[in-house]
Amino acid sequence: MTGLETEEILSAIVFYLLSGVVVGSSILVITLRNIFRSALFLLLAFFATAGLFITLDAEFIAAVQVLIYVGAIGVLILFAIMLTRRIQDPVAKSTTRSFILGAFVSAAFLFFLILILGKIYLPPFPETGADTEGITKGIGRMLLTYYLLPFEVVSVLLVGALIGAVVIARKEEARGGEPPEVALERERKDREITDSKPDGNGLEQNDRKH
Amino acid sequence: MNPVLPVLIFALPVLSFGITVLIGRYFPLKGASVGILGLVVSFILSCVVFYQLQVDPTRTIDLSVTWLDFGEYTIDLGILIDRFAAVMLVVVTLVSLCVHIYSLGYMKGDRRFTTYYAYLSLFTMSMLGIVISNNLFQLFVFWELVGVSSYLLIGFWFERKPAAMAGMKAFVVCRIGDFGFLIGILSLFVATGTFSFGALFGLSQAGAISSAVLVVGALGIFFGAVGKSAQLPLYVWLPDAMEGPTPVSALIHAATMVAAGVYLVARTLPIFSTVPQIMEVVAWVGGLTALFSATIAVAQVDIKRILAYSTISQLGYMMLACGVGAGASAIFHLSTHAFFKALLFLGAGSVIHSLHTNDIREMGGLFSNMKTTATVFIIGALSLAGFPPFSGFFSKDEIMVSVLESGHVWLYWIVVFTAFLTAFYIFRLIFIAFFGEQSERSKHAEESPKVMTVPMVVLAVLSVVAGWIAIPGVGPGFAEIGGFELHHLHINWSAMGTSFLVVLMGIGVAWAIYSRRFVESRSIYNTFKPISKLLENKWYVDEIYNFFIVQPVIFFSRLLFAFDMVIVDGAVNLAGWLGVRLSKFEGEFDLAVVDGAVNGTAWTARTFGRAVRRIQTGLIQEYVIVASVAILALIIIGYYLM
Amino acid sequence: MIGSINILDILKPELICAIVRVTPTHYLYVAGIVFCIGLMGVMIRRNAIAILMSIELMLNAVNIVLIAGGRAYGPKTYDASSFVIFIIAVAAAEAIVGLALILAAYRHMKDINIDDMSIMKW
Repeated sequence: MTGLETEEILSAIVFYLLSGVVVGSSILVITLRNIFRSALFLLLAFFATAGLFITLDAEFIAAVQVLIYVGAIGVLILFAIMLTRRIQDPVAKSTTRSFILGAFVSAAFLFFLILILGKIYLPPFPETGADTEGITKGIGRMLLTYYLLPFEVVSVLLVGALIGAVVIARKEEARGGEPPEVALERERKDREITDSKPDGNGLEQNDRKH
Repeated sequence: MNPVLPVLIFALPVLSFGITVLIGRYFPLKGASVGILGLVVSFILSCVVFYQLQVDPTRTIDLSVTWLDFGEYTIDLGILIDRFAAVMLVVVTLVSLCVHIYSLGYMKGDRRFTTYYAYLSLFTMSMLGIVISNNLFQLFVFWELVGVSSYLLIGFWFERKPAAMAGMKAFVVCRIGDFGFLIGILSLFVATGTFSFGALFGLSQAGAISSAVLVVGALGIFFGAVGKSAQLPLYVWLPDAMEGPTPVSALIHAATMVAAGVYLVARTLPIFSTVPQIMEVVAWVGGLTALFSATIAVAQVDIKRILAYSTISQLGYMMLACGVGAGASAIFHLSTHAFFKALLFLGAGSVIHSLHTNDIREMGGLFSNMKTTATVFIIGALSLAGFPPFSGFFSKDEIMVSVLESGHVWLYWIVVFTAFLTAFYIFRLIFIAFFGEQSERSKHAEESPKVMTVPMVVLAVLSVVAGWIAIPGVGPGFAEIGGFELHHLHINWSAMGTSFLVVLMGIGVAWAIYSRRFVESRSIYNTFKPISKLLENKWYVDEIYNFFIVQPVIFFSRLLFAFDMVIVDGAVNLAGWLGVRLSKFEGEFDLAVVDGAVNGTAWTARTFGRAVRRIQTGLIQEYVIVASVAILALIIIGYYLM
Repeated sequence: MIGSINILDILKPELICAIVRVTPTHYLYVAGIVFCIGLMGVMIRRNAIAILMSIELMLNAVNIVLIAGGRAYGPKTYDASSFVIFIIAVAAAEAIVGLALILAAYRHMKDINIDDMSIMKW
């Protein structure tokens, strides 16, 4: 048993700090009643995860994590929240009928997961070495050679998801063969009506109309 | 030559059969137009084929396509059109066409006029199928189809019991012959693996088939021909077949179908010629049939039956010619016979149509009222009798010469005597029916309509001139036209003279007895009473068959029936009684136990379903929980396995 | 390891050493915990968007496992990183479609309460 080196202690501190942030904000994500705050803590959890990636020498993944999860998905979720609900709804119940059962099952899940992880042996981290070229180049080469086909498939999937999302989320009025100008004009009028009623958020007004 | 032509000749009647059967009554003339039109085209095409082959005999068609492939064996469909087949095509389509047109008048007003024409088309199609076949199997198929259409047409007026019975008789008797035919075909097939004429001829000529197989094969084929061509001993169906409409008798039972047997034997003559014993059998069966049925014809009074026995007799001639190896003579006689016998039948039909009787004793003096019919009938009779220069003279003469030159002296004299009888019985018929005193019915006789007389006139012309091709310098001779190996048929003046003499004698005797009445026919009848009785009753052949074959079969059947009634039925009834008791018991059991079980199952399923459907809450999170529990279980199992 | 801890052993230097010296297993524990938190979120939240966020958490946990494993088996292998890229892309696609569905459902039902979305039941 050799003594602990300073570097190890430092990295341990960083690790535990980041892990604590990830776990803590994750817990807050699922427990906070206010969905908007949940979303903010979700962003924090993602951010901390990016930090964990850096400790694992995966700078590129960390950057991607920040860009996509924090920047794109997180913002998307915030938009969705604002489109669907009033930001604060303290009256609403936030848990389901099967809250107790779900909590119990996932706790049991966690218990056995930790038990089983205790049995798994992974080799300790090898030394990174002097080569600090970074993983970006390697990933790029990998994606465009060995994983070229999955790469292309994923791009097709993204396009499909994009189109699908547009089709699903599009307003129903626009489906009836309405020319875009007419649709825009009508939407503008709707907005005027909504603005005159400070209580609504617009969408509900629209929906009430049809 | 283009193979489309012969196929088209065959296909047109097929087409007109289909159309007439399905939608015939919507066509002009109640469907008759379809058959006639198709046949006209067929006839023209046949003439084209015939002409092309005459110009260039090398353009023979022999095509085959595989129909069934059994691995080791294949069965082919094919057509063989040589000059022989072309002759038959022309004869069949021409006679059939005449009969089609004639029937317009004869069958006028019949309730099933359209059906009649459908049957005629079916028959024509089958007959053409026989002619164009290039293998025995296909020929057999059409052979049976011909039998079927014959059955249908004989029994066309099935409301009349004799017609229905006659149809059945024809079918059953022909089946006996066909059974032999099938044995012959199959034995040849088993031995050689082929049905094809060409291959079979080649193999049999090369001696590649064992003689036993050849004997069985040739005998079987001949047996089939005996049935179809009404030779001894299977001729009995043909006289009864006269119950059918007269045009049918003309087409099927005089000109074409009954000639199919002769055609078959002539076609397979290369096989026969390798077994001389069978050739002898063929010759003697033919000769005896000719004589035997001619004697019967002498004593008949039904106009159609006289012609029927005459047909049998003439078929005997043809078979005899085949038997002595003169296939060309046989087919020559077949062709001329087709014309004059069809003519005679159509003439008889014309008389019957007008007088509504078949009995020649109720006729008499018809000549003055039915001049056309009588004239053509006399032309047919002269041709049948073999009076020069009518066609029958030439063909019969060729047969006589062939028989004489083959050295069958006995058969030659039989033929000569038969020729005498032929001339006698046909002129007996003419003198009784067309001359002498007018009977009651004859006084009201009227000439048949044009649609009936025109075909008769056409056939009459052919009956006169068809034989002229055999006159040296006038025609090329039939062997050339039919594409047969040239038989050195020089003109035998003595045979010709004999033949002419006996014909004159026959006519003279008939004239003396039935026209001039030098001798009262009644007194002859009484003088030779046993013989007369014998002939009048057709040698009692039907009675003999009835006693020795039909009655034993019926007796045996009755025996079996009795056995059936007492023992089999008893057993069946017992079984039935037991079944009823058992069923009653089972019914109770069913209600209590089986139904109970079924209902119980249903109840269980329903109750269980009611309970289980509560799980389907529609709440996705509960589903997630259940799924997680399952994964959890896997994790636990994995944990304890690690 | 942790499963077999005796509370008195906590001060032993080996254990302190094991806790402080960060190994891939530590990352796995963190990932496992985050995954279970996400699972619980999926199970107990009523809000459809919250469920979606929980799913994102679970995916995130998987990413951590992959990166840690990839680092443990050598810095020069990029398979894990490539996988994570794909997962992120698929997660993005899933988030887009999921949110679009939530929007559509909201427009239809005036609410995104998942308890009320049970019209598919018996």
